[in-house]
Amino acid sequence: MFVYCDNAATTPLCKPAFDAMLPWLETGYGNASGFYKLARDAKKALENARRTAASCLGVAPEEFYFTSGGTESDNWALKGACDKGGHIVISAAEHHAVLNTAEFLKKKGHPLTVVPVDSDGTVSPEALQKALQPDTAIVSVIYANNEIGTVQPVAELARTVKEYNKKILFHTDAVQAAGHIPLEITPEIDMLSLSAHKFGGPKGIGAMVLKNGVKLTPLLHGGGHERGRRSTTENVAGAIGLAAALEYMCQNRETFAIRTASLRDRLINGILSEIPYSRLTGHRANRLPGNASFVFASVEGESLVLKLDSLGVAASSGSACSSASLDPSHVLLAIGLPHEEAHGSLRLTVGHENTEEEMDYVIKSVKTAVEHCRNMSPLWDAKKGEPINVH
Amino acid sequence: MYTERVMDHFNCPRNMGEADGYNAEGTVGNAKCGDIMRMTMRIEEGVIKDVKFKTFGCGAAVATSSIATEMVMGKTVEEALALTNKAVVEALEGLPPQKIHCSVLAEEAVKAAIEDYNRKKP
Repeated sequence: MFVYCDNAATTPLCKPAFDAMLPWLETGYGNASGFYKLARDAKKALENARRTAASCLGVAPEEFYFTSGGTESDNWALKGACDKGGHIVISAAEHHAVLNTAEFLKKKGHPLTVVPVDSDGTVSPEALQKALQPDTAIVSVIYANNEIGTVQPVAELARTVKEYNKKILFHTDAVQAAGHIPLEITPEIDMLSLSAHKFGGPKGIGAMVLKNGVKLTPLLHGGGHERGRRSTTENVAGAIGLAAALEYMCQNRETFAIRTASLRDRLINGILSEIPYSRLTGHRANRLPGNASFVFASVEGESLVLKLDSLGVAASSGSACSSASLDPSHVLLAIGLPHEEAHGSLRLTVGHENTEEEMDYVIKSVKTAVEHCRNMSPLWDAKKGEPINVH
Repeated sequence: MYTERVMDHFNCPRNMGEADGYNAEGTVGNAKCGDIMRMTMRIEEGVIKDVKFKTFGCGAAVATSSIATEMVMGKTVEEALALTNKAVVEALEGLPPQKIHCSVLAEEAVKAAIEDYNRKKP
């Protein structure tokens, strides 16, 4: 049996997106900036895609800019907003696309404040307010976290920022949220990033919602595409795939969300009841419908993921060993987990295409994998069935 | 990312557990960094008669400890002390650069166990 349980990493391309893209990969190859019919047809299809996607989010088509993905959108938001200097505020639970861009800008001389999160991974408006300064240029808070799935009170946070100073730009990385939960894009939110391959679209295409009137220095200069704000030959097939996938998700959102959340809860309940010394990370209720993330005492996450792979389950971990550094995920540390616990993290992210039978197999496999790793671990007392305290 | 040899040692670890009647023990690494290796050995007249490991850590940490036990099993203490992390990496047909520290831990675990034996020796 093979079970794909890493939908937060990427999702399979959905049929409506595949079907919609195909003609634009075969015969509709025209450059959307040209003047002949082949080009005009491509341009028309691109603008249709923009309208469809924008309407799914409830924004105007001219506020919807195609990009190459979430990372580009996040880079654009931060670098573009503090082009002329200014203080940057981000949360402690950001994706690396925001965190590392902010760290890069800090090295360039921009002061940076990282707002702490609580043990569920939530940013409070009070904590955010404390970070704001007269010269703050941009605040960026993730809509829903990629590791632990916690959904932030984004609208409230954006309001807090604007009440302090209307000139501060508010950006949210909605890469994990878009297509899966209804996005509240209130007037206080200036910019929002999304990525197609996280909701059944193709890789290499994303978008930035950029509200009318918001001034943002472009990241890519060139031929003046996307109304001069993002140059590069338009990825027509990609844009069409993004729009088709987003429309498909939005039309079926409730059905998919209920189904996905019930699979997720089956997984959470099964794992927490079957495996001793396991803990759910992230907010119990305010979490993405597909995210089930855990830490297991006395085991290391990468080993767990490798063992699960050998059992046919694709999952991921925020352990240090899944990255080049020796530190476990900054998000797990930010919610207050000690290093040794944060090393034992496992993220299972389900999609609407998963089944209950698959979830039961995953529960069984996680149990086997955790037992396998604990059996090998010098931090686990096999006789007593409990962790050995090394301190 | 990992060679087949690493995956083989990860999936079927050799000499995992605790050596029966061990008279040498070495634990290296720390939980904070995500790697702990514990090696136990039964050494008789300067020869490693049995060696077993327990490891908390990534795939490379498990594989390096597993292969290191194979490499020192039956060897004299002097021979085992000559084990280098480079030899461990070579035996595994390579490790990703960020995992080289695991092979260093394996070498250190062997040495720590032998030092323990030498310390306890009457």
